[in-house]
Amino acid sequence: MSLLAVHDLAVARGGLRAVEGVSFSLAPGQALILRGPNGIGKTTLLRTVAGLQPPVAGRIELAEDAVAYAAHADGLKGALSVTENLRFWAAVFGGGDIGPALAAMDLTHLADRPAAALSAGQKRRLGLARLLVTRRPLWVLDEPTVSLDAESVARFGTAIRAHLGQGGAALMATHIDLGLAEARVLDLAGYRAKAGQQVRPAGFNEAFA
Amino acid sequence: MSIWEYANPVKFMRLSGAVLPYAVAGAAICTIGGLVWGFLTPQDYKQGATVKIVFLHVPAAMMAINIWVMMLAASLIWLIRRHHVSALAARAAAPIGAVMTLIALATGAIWGQPMWGTWWEWDPRLTSFLILLLFYIGYMALWAAVEDPDSAADLTGVLCLVGSVFALLSRYAVLFWNQGLHQGASLSVAPGERMSAVYRYPLYLSMLGFFLLFLALLLIRTRTEVRRRRLAALQARETRA
Amino acid sequence: MLALLKRDLALATRAGGGFGLGVAFFLILCALVPFGVGPETSALRPIASGILWVGALLACLLSLDRIFALDHEDGSLDLLATAPLPLEGTVAIKALAHWITTGLPLIAAAPVFGLLLHLPAGAMPWLLASLLIGTPALSMLGAFGAAITVGLRRGGLLLSLLVLPLYIPTLIFGAEIVRRGAEGGSTATPMLFLAGITAGVLALVPFAAAAALRVNLR
Repeated sequence: MSLLAVHDLAVARGGLRAVEGVSFSLAPGQALILRGPNGIGKTTLLRTVAGLQPPVAGRIELAEDAVAYAAHADGLKGALSVTENLRFWAAVFGGGDIGPALAAMDLTHLADRPAAALSAGQKRRLGLARLLVTRRPLWVLDEPTVSLDAESVARFGTAIRAHLGQGGAALMATHIDLGLAEARVLDLAGYRAKAGQQVRPAGFNEAFA
Repeated sequence: MSIWEYANPVKFMRLSGAVLPYAVAGAAICTIGGLVWGFLTPQDYKQGATVKIVFLHVPAAMMAINIWVMMLAASLIWLIRRHHVSALAARAAAPIGAVMTLIALATGAIWGQPMWGTWWEWDPRLTSFLILLLFYIGYMALWAAVEDPDSAADLTGVLCLVGSVFALLSRYAVLFWNQGLHQGASLSVAPGERMSAVYRYPLYLSMLGFFLLFLALLLIRTRTEVRRRRLAALQARETRA
Repeated sequence: MLALLKRDLALATRAGGGFGLGVAFFLILCALVPFGVGPETSALRPIASGILWVGALLACLLSLDRIFALDHEDGSLDLLATAPLPLEGTVAIKALAHWITTGLPLIAAAPVFGLLLHLPAGAMPWLLASLLIGTPALSMLGAFGAAITVGLRRGGLLLSLLVLPLYIPTLIFGAEIVRRGAEGGSTATPMLFLAGITAGVLALVPFAAAAALRVNLR
């Protein structure tokens, strides 16, 4: 029983197929790291799996409401305190207590600060604490370690391992070693979409090329 | 072969290229013929020479509405069937429709001055056309503002749908708001209210001419849009590779 | 859903949230009109109902681009789109929050500004009733415009251009209610039309707005 199964997936960016023919599956407890040169379509693939954009071709098998997505922007409101921010996302995703998430990301002592007063790294940690309160099994992470120091990266690695240990899974794009030896790596460079007559164009740029 | 096949850009270019000369020739003959014939008609006993503006005013007003309906149909085809040429045709039609609306408003003002003694009256029909012009402007502005062609086509399609509902709603709201001076429909099926045949036939010719003029302009503009997309697509592909 | 409403209300009322700007704008507008048309009651009374409706409409427009733009910038919109809440619900809640923070204060302030413009006392209840019924449609249509222009750099001006024509039917019937109320005429017909428009807008526009948001999130 896998949490996520991707079959022959093609995704498009700017009306052009970015990668195609991508297949993989993630079972509970597994992590997959996407690699590849800039612009290959890692972000697009992650957004497609998260359901933010439709795939051009292929299938994504995924339980409903299974994905917790985190990208470069953390979705934080500067006018709200750390607790308020986190409590909001917990309520939206039907989660419960935010205490463990604050502790896991070492934010407990900052709980009453307004988010605007946090440093970039602290904001990032708060953004990742949001993942913990969503209580969703599949984490889809786009460069989660941007602006984190080495200690925070290690702390985040621990959080991911704990998540995997509880039967979760993680799909991420990152260039940094998170210390997850068990994670598989998928290099997208081999899946770069080839130009040519497509059955169904991905957008204007393919329909008219 | 179904009609949907023509939504393929290559087929569209081939077919439209073949039709275009005939459309241009037909538009020229019928529009000029209709307007000249209309100009040579006798003067109306009540309205005098001013009645001759009808051969410009009525066809333009008719096309102003029909072009919006065509844009709505093209937007629906794009949103449902994802035929790219359809979205481009809707985009190409909008400025033509806006100009037709402007012609109808301007000729109406010029006609209204001697007839009603005022350039502008907040009459339901005039007001409805002014509102229609606002919708055309908003639609064109949205196309121009969105960079990504696929998003632009989707967003303008949704706007056209919602706009159509509200244009219709405004039409009836305006009717409620002010009863107005404007005469009834120029071409009516009810006997007794009909225009004399002397005016009717040149008007029909002029209407056909305006329709063909729209078709010719639409084809030219859509072909330009297709070529522009092709250029953009080739550039995008080259940058990516 | 309640959490989203509470958050949006908290954000609007805290520092930098822009709460009250709409009413201030409304006040300035109503204060400027007499400078333009003259201070006589005979000049102001006939146009008071129209000015109040147009003013409320423009004041409502002022804060529309905040409905989605800020959430789009900081990534909240992506996260809300992956949340269990359907996007249509998110749109409706955000429009409701906009109405509570912009529409309700305008309604509360309108009778006072009506005094400034010499609106007949008999028209006051009709002014309140028409605004109460009409402004939810303004917020919802505004949310649609905001959803369409959310990703654009110069979206603010375009938003006004797209939304104002959609406001025409609401404005016509809203102002008509107040005018007829001032003259002591029957207001039932425009009231029914206005309520019908608002009901239709509240029922259908969230779907169009959510569709536009999905396009802009791609």
